[in-house]
Amino acid sequence: MGLEQFKNRNVGTQNYTKLDVGVKPATSMDQFKQVVKRTFKGELFVGLWVTLREMVNALFLDKMHTVKYPFEKMPISPRYRAIHDMLRLLESGHYRCIGCGLCEKICISNCISMDTRYDENQRKEVTEYTINFGRCIFCGYCAEVCPELAIVHGQRYETASEQRASFSLFEDMLTPIDKLNLQQEYDGFGAVSPNADANIKKTPLAY
Amino acid sequence: MGKVNIKIDGKEYAVKEGEFILNAARANDVFIPAICYLTRCSPTLACRICLVEADGKQVYACNAKVKDGMEVTVNTPNILEERRAIMEVYDVNHPLQCGVCDKSGECELQNYTLELGVDSQSYTIQDTKRETTNWSSVLHYDAGLCIVCERCTTACKDMIGDAAITTVKRGGEALDKGLKSTMPKDAYAMWNKLQKSVIAPSNGTEFTNCSDCGECVAVCPVGALSSRDFVYTSNAWDLKRTPATCAHCSSGCQIYYETKPASIEDRTEKIFRVTNEWNYVSLCGAGRFGYDFENRVKEKDEKAFSKAVEAVKNAGTIRFNSVITNEEAMMLQTLKEKTGVKLVNPDARVFQKFLNAYSVASGQSLYSLDFKDVMATDFVMSVGSSLRNDNPNARYAFNNVQKMNKGAGLYFHPVGDNLVPTFGKNVEVFTHKVGLEEAALYLILDLFADESKLPSDVKEYLASFKSTSTKTVKEKVMKSVTETVVDKETGESKEVTKKVPVMEEKEVTVESNGLVELLGKSSDTFATTFEKMMKKKESFSLVVGEDLYFHAKAENIARLIALIETASSVSVAMIPPKTNSLGVALICELDDEATGSTVGYNENGDFTLSALGRGDLDMPSMNQQEGTLTNMHKRVTPTNAALEYHGYELNDIMKVLIDAPRETIDWTVKLPVTKGFKAVEFDSLPNGYLNDGTENRGYTLETVKTDAEEIAVEKVDESMVLDGEIVYRCNPQRQFNDFSDKAHEIFEAFGLYASKARAEALGAKVEITFDNRSIVVDVIEDERMEGDIVALSDFKSSQDVYALFGESRYKNVTMRKV
Repeated sequence: MGLEQFKNRNVGTQNYTKLDVGVKPATSMDQFKQVVKRTFKGELFVGLWVTLREMVNALFLDKMHTVKYPFEKMPISPRYRAIHDMLRLLESGHYRCIGCGLCEKICISNCISMDTRYDENQRKEVTEYTINFGRCIFCGYCAEVCPELAIVHGQRYETASEQRASFSLFEDMLTPIDKLNLQQEYDGFGAVSPNADANIKKTPLAY
Repeated sequence: MGKVNIKIDGKEYAVKEGEFILNAARANDVFIPAICYLTRCSPTLACRICLVEADGKQVYACNAKVKDGMEVTVNTPNILEERRAIMEVYDVNHPLQCGVCDKSGECELQNYTLELGVDSQSYTIQDTKRETTNWSSVLHYDAGLCIVCERCTTACKDMIGDAAITTVKRGGEALDKGLKSTMPKDAYAMWNKLQKSVIAPSNGTEFTNCSDCGECVAVCPVGALSSRDFVYTSNAWDLKRTPATCAHCSSGCQIYYETKPASIEDRTEKIFRVTNEWNYVSLCGAGRFGYDFENRVKEKDEKAFSKAVEAVKNAGTIRFNSVITNEEAMMLQTLKEKTGVKLVNPDARVFQKFLNAYSVASGQSLYSLDFKDVMATDFVMSVGSSLRNDNPNARYAFNNVQKMNKGAGLYFHPVGDNLVPTFGKNVEVFTHKVGLEEAALYLILDLFADESKLPSDVKEYLASFKSTSTKTVKEKVMKSVTETVVDKETGESKEVTKKVPVMEEKEVTVESNGLVELLGKSSDTFATTFEKMMKKKESFSLVVGEDLYFHAKAENIARLIALIETASSVSVAMIPPKTNSLGVALICELDDEATGSTVGYNENGDFTLSALGRGDLDMPSMNQQEGTLTNMHKRVTPTNAALEYHGYELNDIMKVLIDAPRETIDWTVKLPVTKGFKAVEFDSLPNGYLNDGTENRGYTLETVKTDAEEIAVEKVDESMVLDGEIVYRCNPQRQFNDFSDKAHEIFEAFGLYASKARAEALGAKVEITFDNRSIVVDVIEDERMEGDIVALSDFKSSQDVYALFGESRYKNVTMRKV
């Protein structure tokens, strides 16, 4: 479909279809009549039949449609951009974030902040990391810019909590160390392309 | 200096004669890539990337001087190939850790790698393990990131004068000789040198023995050198830069306070570091590391404020020091005019007296040179200033003259110092007796003055020191001796004439100068060294310091200095004793004696206003307020607030007491025009440097000329000479006042600094008894000091060291081990 009809801004010349909504009752007597007519039309039993049918389906034929939220959740697309996860290295279990600050820089709603320091092993340690979800617009730039695939969008879309701080500190987003084996490699927004390996050029090394 | 015309890439430019091509191009906004070159320092020729073609020949833009009609091409295919190869070599084995590196975002290696489009690597060599070390309490060196451009060593040697770091052997693998023929020539030469060297402290130990100025950190183009405190705490782009003026000493250097929220928990702005325009200004350790002296005040304390208003209203005296803006000084002066309150500021008072005596004698309200001019001279002298401690910029200028202008220097000071002689081989140090400062100035008169311009009594007085004596010297003379030699084979005897050296005694008349002897040097040897020093010298400068202002004969000394200026080609620069002493001296009418109740502003008093957070009413400190400072370069420079402040400021008190404008900076236009200030709005004052190094900060004070009178000077008063145990009032390097002391990266302690031998003799702690009071202090060894005079710090106002010394910097005391 082309975009022509959307670009036509001359109201009235487009091909609109009018719905038949019938005639509005004019007097209160007409209104009363409409109510009585609709009430005793038998539509009620059509509805009750559907309910009964689905109850039988669900209880006896094992064809349940209801998702028991919040005990059950619908699977969502891997590309869905919900609350961020901070991933760990699979081998060592160390967090992947190197504290480069690129996510902090690229964040267009300026809601990422991190504290870093020089640690005893001469490495940059990320001592704290936070995202202000009151401001985050879930644009995914942070995940896209991350050179280490450390910050990704997760599947957790419930952004309600007693305190904002309870889901936005480093620890809350980091894969729990005991669930490291369950950590999934993310193939959503910002993930490496399938042919990434082929694009890598090796640095010549003399040894 | 004259101008010549050169063409760069076909465009014509008028540039300074004798300038390097690189500087000429930069001054005209033409970009020539360069990594290792530092303006104001000698070319290092380490990076070779500034290669250009001048009149058809490849030269290095950083060390080739412009010639009239020269045609420069910045890029030729061959040069581009060289440059690319150089950048590729720099990238060989450079750790790919830009993600964590502190320099990322402002890294010259990153910039030039991108600029020259290096997207592949043709070279490779085995890497060498290079350890990360801490050189001192502030310096952090990551050798792995170092590209050995030697900018740090150049700055340390040519500008700072410590020469505390140098290149040492890396022990890396040798380059493949085959590359010599296949690789671009300059890139190979650069790599060859790079592969062999790495930077290390020059004293052979793991730690630098330097003033911890951090200038090496500032000039480092990569992340190799950084401050220990700053490592991995922030990215360059997260920091907000606030242009300001450093308020620790009278240099008034341009700085940027770089701030961002302290942490995730604490969102108040915090200063993370101080940076500077290192091509044009060099900071000292206090300026760079002494930045967190702010006074955190949460809210306005109304009770304390009303007490303060009452106290100032009823005050007989306001006592303050010179860490104060011109605007605040102006407020105090206006208050004085309205209420007659006395203004007491000992350091500015003596400087004011000295400056007045000088201007009456010389006919100009201010001294002639600023310290940039001093840097441009080739013969520099210093009298009455402990160059290493009093003012870093004066010391940098003294050192820079030796290194860059093939200069010479005379250093007169009673306290022995082993750093100053290392500035250059033409530096003569006079470690004279305390009280002979006048003799030093007379010697300068004798050496430089045009006799016809001297008053006859001075001429006679100088002549009275001269004496001629005859002396027997041994001289080597070649004498011809005739010998008869018998040839062994033929038996013939021959007469041979030979020249043989013979020592002969000879009588010579020697003119000896009593002044030189008086100042503690041998007149003979000085005469010959001085002759050597004077070779090819054209411009002469004299730096005078605090010792002279705090001298019993200060006024005579001021007149002597005026006489030196009128009678010789020597020009004078003065070091104001504290941050804004010059501004205060010009703006305020100061009093000698305090009367009535005293309000102390950052000083002791009955009621204290304090920016240090320990007074009766809090005041903003220098990094929390706007205003201007008058520095020793006779320049009124603006400073801005880097951090927030929620309390009351001096102007609030003034608003109650006198008719004060709304903001502190509204006082800027009111500064006294008669004293050389200009009626300029604060917001119109620039604070930066232009590409050619022109200082575009604030404005320069106008020098007011008056008719000079005949200068009458007194003779050297030898009764002033102090002997015995002497204490000198002098701060350690990097300490200037309570504010530098408050900063967490300044570690120099309050105490008695002494040379190694003296410190050992004194023990760990001493009690020093002055005329009226005694003080117990720790003895701290200063490796750079020599001789018996010890130095007592004065930066803690609570210790009131100024009062102990009175109107002198030297005092006879008795010391006792505790």
